[in-house]
Amino acid sequence: MPVKDYIRERFFPHIWCSGCGHGIILNNMLRAVEELDMDKSDIVMVSGIGCSARISGYVDFHTLHTLHGRALAFATGVKMSQPKLKLMVPMGDGDALAIGGNHFIHAARRNIDMTAIVMNNRIYGMTGGQFSPLSGYGTLATTAPYSNIDHNFDVVALAQAAGASFVARTTTFHARQITDLIKQAIEHRGFSVIEILSQCPTYFSRKNNMGGQIEMMEWYKNNTTRIGSKAKQENPQLIERGIFVQRDMPEYCDEYDKVIEAAQK
Amino acid sequence: MPDLVKFIQGNQVVVEAALYAGLDFYAGYPITPSTEITEHMATRLPQIGGKFLQMEDEISSICAIIGASLTGHKVLTATSGPGYSLMQEGLGYAIMAEIPCVIVNVQRGGPSTGLPTGPSQGDVSQARHGTHGDHAIIVMTASNHQDIFEITVEAFNLAETYRTPVILLFDEVVGHMREKIILPEKGKLPLVERLRTSVKKGVDYHPYLPREDGRLPMSDFGSEHRYNVTGLAHDMWGFPTSNPGVVHGLMHHLVDKINNRVYTIEKHKEYYLEDARTILISYGASARSALHVVESRRRRGERLGLLELQTLWPFPFGMIREKCENARYVVVVEMNMGQILEPVKMSLPPDKVFLINRVDGVFITPTDIRNMLRIIHGKGV
Repeated sequence: MPVKDYIRERFFPHIWCSGCGHGIILNNMLRAVEELDMDKSDIVMVSGIGCSARISGYVDFHTLHTLHGRALAFATGVKMSQPKLKLMVPMGDGDALAIGGNHFIHAARRNIDMTAIVMNNRIYGMTGGQFSPLSGYGTLATTAPYSNIDHNFDVVALAQAAGASFVARTTTFHARQITDLIKQAIEHRGFSVIEILSQCPTYFSRKNNMGGQIEMMEWYKNNTTRIGSKAKQENPQLIERGIFVQRDMPEYCDEYDKVIEAAQK
Repeated sequence: MPDLVKFIQGNQVVVEAALYAGLDFYAGYPITPSTEITEHMATRLPQIGGKFLQMEDEISSICAIIGASLTGHKVLTATSGPGYSLMQEGLGYAIMAEIPCVIVNVQRGGPSTGLPTGPSQGDVSQARHGTHGDHAIIVMTASNHQDIFEITVEAFNLAETYRTPVILLFDEVVGHMREKIILPEKGKLPLVERLRTSVKKGVDYHPYLPREDGRLPMSDFGSEHRYNVTGLAHDMWGFPTSNPGVVHGLMHHLVDKINNRVYTIEKHKEYYLEDARTILISYGASARSALHVVESRRRRGERLGLLELQTLWPFPFGMIREKCENARYVVVVEMNMGQILEPVKMSLPPDKVFLINRVDGVFITPTDIRNMLRIIHGKGV
């Protein structure tokens, strides 16, 4: 893949730490776009604030780097006003589910056609390692120096309950699956959510003794499994990967077209 | 189509004026006393093929309209005090990223939940200073339905001209009051359309490089120029930078594009100012009572005049100085603790400036103003 066709070289090097998983997500996101043969001018990437959000600056699409947590709200305005555009909304875990939690569930409920990618590194990286709603009980962070008593959201269950019509999960170890899932999510008509576990060796790992990026990715390999696999039955602690939800539901912009039709009768 | 006479609420006038100006996208959240704007938009927009969104809160409402503005649409959101507080974050974004949009705040009593159905003009200072960081802002208001229409259209024109959010600060009285309005014929009021770049495909487009006249031509999301928009300090490509020289230039551009054009932007109305010994300065619903007093006193030969502000910010210091130069008394009439009184005092010798106000959720009446004027004029209670 000629990656230079899809990035803004002028703006490199990127700001991510060495070993960060976000570059793997960027790479595989671009692969998905290339394999789908999408026109770059048809894509709007909207992001919020945080390490993950910087992804939008590096890609040669229409890019909107917005406010912390608000990416989906901006994206809703873009999509609704110009439904032919393809919306990709990469978000961090705190971005999507703490400050942006309300927008997340409501975008899912509307089933508006866009692809939300939760780049889950379980920590606030840009501000230096505070716990997020996805860090999980018992983890350590600069704001949980004794142990985190906050329980984490299950992104998949939350998205499904909120009404998302496509919900999937994978990790940066499973790079090819990232490409595959993003492709399917983009082609899905409706609100799609992909949670991608992404390592943060700088903060999450250092606080929680997970080793370097290689050990963290090995952890993803050893602690995840395909949905409904035999391994999962034997070891319920394993995190499932794959597509959890894929259902045909009325899409929001299509539904609004019916409103326009009714109003003009 | 000829002019159309209607008898409607002020909030509905805002909707009709916005549509006249070319609005085709609205996002909002219900809140008293601005809800009728959201309701009428829900009915009217699909009729013209436009889009209406009821969002989950005011934060997302302003974000959604900014997103829609970037695809080339004229956009608006409407709210009241508490919702306007929530919008400060998005407002700052629109200022920094220079996105044309119009935000209506139909004021009610505050702070906090305050007096949801009581009239107030308590958000005047917030409209100027509410969002963080140095910035300039255009804030306009009106006292009657005909003016609401024209000022709303003007707000869209200024938003497009200066690539900036424009605040329309109305109040509960004009928002809910019904009165006659003549909806102007199409073409009667001038409209400013989106200035789009003439840079050809494949040529480097600089979304944040002002032309010689200070304007920044835009390119719609979805068209051939792909660029970055951010709330971070940015360079001419819209990419984040902390280069002090670039940031300095950006800050001055954002403030100067508005504050250096006060005389072009500013609008006001004058009543009997020529020989006025006492000038009332008022705006919005308060100006209705003020005008009533001025007209009734004039019939008795009293030299009373009214200067009705329609642009509250950038504040027209020079205009106030000029118009009030020969007055003995300058009396600010407003429904707050003196939010316009302060800049008026900065414009004039403070000892000739007085305040007549109400902050109890009751509309300020001509009688209130007359009684206070007696005291100011030394005629006793």
